[in-house]
Amino acid sequence: MNNNLRNNRNKSNVNNRYGLYFLGLVAGLYCVLCLFNPQKTYNSLKLSWDITISIIPILFIVVLFMGLLNYFLKFKTIGKHLGKESGIKGWLLAIFAGILNLGPVYVWYPLLKNLRDKGMKAGLVTAFLYNRAIKVPLLPIMTFYFGIEFVVVLMIYMVAASIVQGKVIDMVERHRQI
Amino acid sequence: MADEKQKTISASFHKAFRSFLVTAPVMFGVILLLGLFKTYVSPRLISAVFKDKLLQDTILGSAIGSVSAGNPISSYIIGGELLKQGVSLFAVTAFITAWVTVGLIQLPAEAAILGKRFAIIRNSMGFVLAILVSIATVLTIRIL
Repeated sequence: MNNNLRNNRNKSNVNNRYGLYFLGLVAGLYCVLCLFNPQKTYNSLKLSWDITISIIPILFIVVLFMGLLNYFLKFKTIGKHLGKESGIKGWLLAIFAGILNLGPVYVWYPLLKNLRDKGMKAGLVTAFLYNRAIKVPLLPIMTFYFGIEFVVVLMIYMVAASIVQGKVIDMVERHRQI
Repeated sequence: MADEKQKTISASFHKAFRSFLVTAPVMFGVILLLGLFKTYVSPRLISAVFKDKLLQDTILGSAIGSVSAGNPISSYIIGGELLKQGVSLFAVTAFITAWVTVGLIQLPAEAAILGKRFAIIRNSMGFVLAILVSIATVLTIRIL
C-alpha cells in the first residue's frame, strides 16, 4: 500500500516536471515567433487567454466531479460499473457519457486518470474519448452542411469505431499484463 | 464522526485539486499551442493541400484533421467549403472525423496524464479509423 502511494507520488512528480518542461517549450516557441511576427503572436496569446476564460466553468465542474468521486466512489464500485466485470453496461455507460460530455477533451484527462487509478478499463476510457466526437448540440449544424443521411450513417460508424478502438486497447493492456 | 466525515470530504477535494494542479502546466501548454494553431493555420491553407486524388486525399484528410484542433464547428465549415471546391466526400469525412477523434496538439497532455503508450496507440488508431469510417460512411450512403 505504501509502495503504491510512493509510486503514485513519484509518477505525479514526473508528470509535473514534464508539464513544466512542455509549458516552457511552448513559451519558448512564442518568444521565437514573436521575433518574426509580433502581431500574430500577440493574437495567438489573446486567443489562448479567451480559451482559458471560456473553459474555467468546465474546469470547476471537473474538479468538483473529481472531489465527489474521491469521496463517494470506492474501488469496488468503479470495478463493478466500469472495470473488467462491467460488460455491456460499462460500454453503454462510457459511450453515452462520451456523447453527453461537454467542453474540450483535455479538461477531462485528470478525471479519467482518477477513474483509471480506481479501476476503470482502458477500453472504456477510449470509448468515452472517441464518442466525445458526437456532439449532440452541433448535429443540426453538421446536418446543415452534410445532410441528415450522412450524419446518421457517420454517427453509427463512429460508435462502432469507438468499440473497436476500445477492444484493441483492452487487448494491448491485457497482453502487457501477461 | 461528523468531523471525521468532513475531514474526508475536504481531503477528497484537496486530492482532486492537487491532481488538477499537477496537470495544469501541460493543459495550459496545449491551450497556448491551440492559440498558435488557430492564428497561423487558415482554412485556405488547409484546402490548398488537397490534390484531387481519392485515396491520397482521404489519407491527407485524416492527417490534416489529426493535426488540426479547435471547435468541431470549424471542421464542418472547412469541410463544407472543401466539398464546394470539389474535394471528395471521402477526404472531407476523414478530415472531420479525425478533427474530433485524433488530437496531435493535445497528445503531450494525454501522454503525460493517461500514459504515453495509451495516447500513442489511441491516436494512431484514431488516424486509421478516420480513413475506414470515411470509406464505410460514403459507400453506405451511395448504396442507400
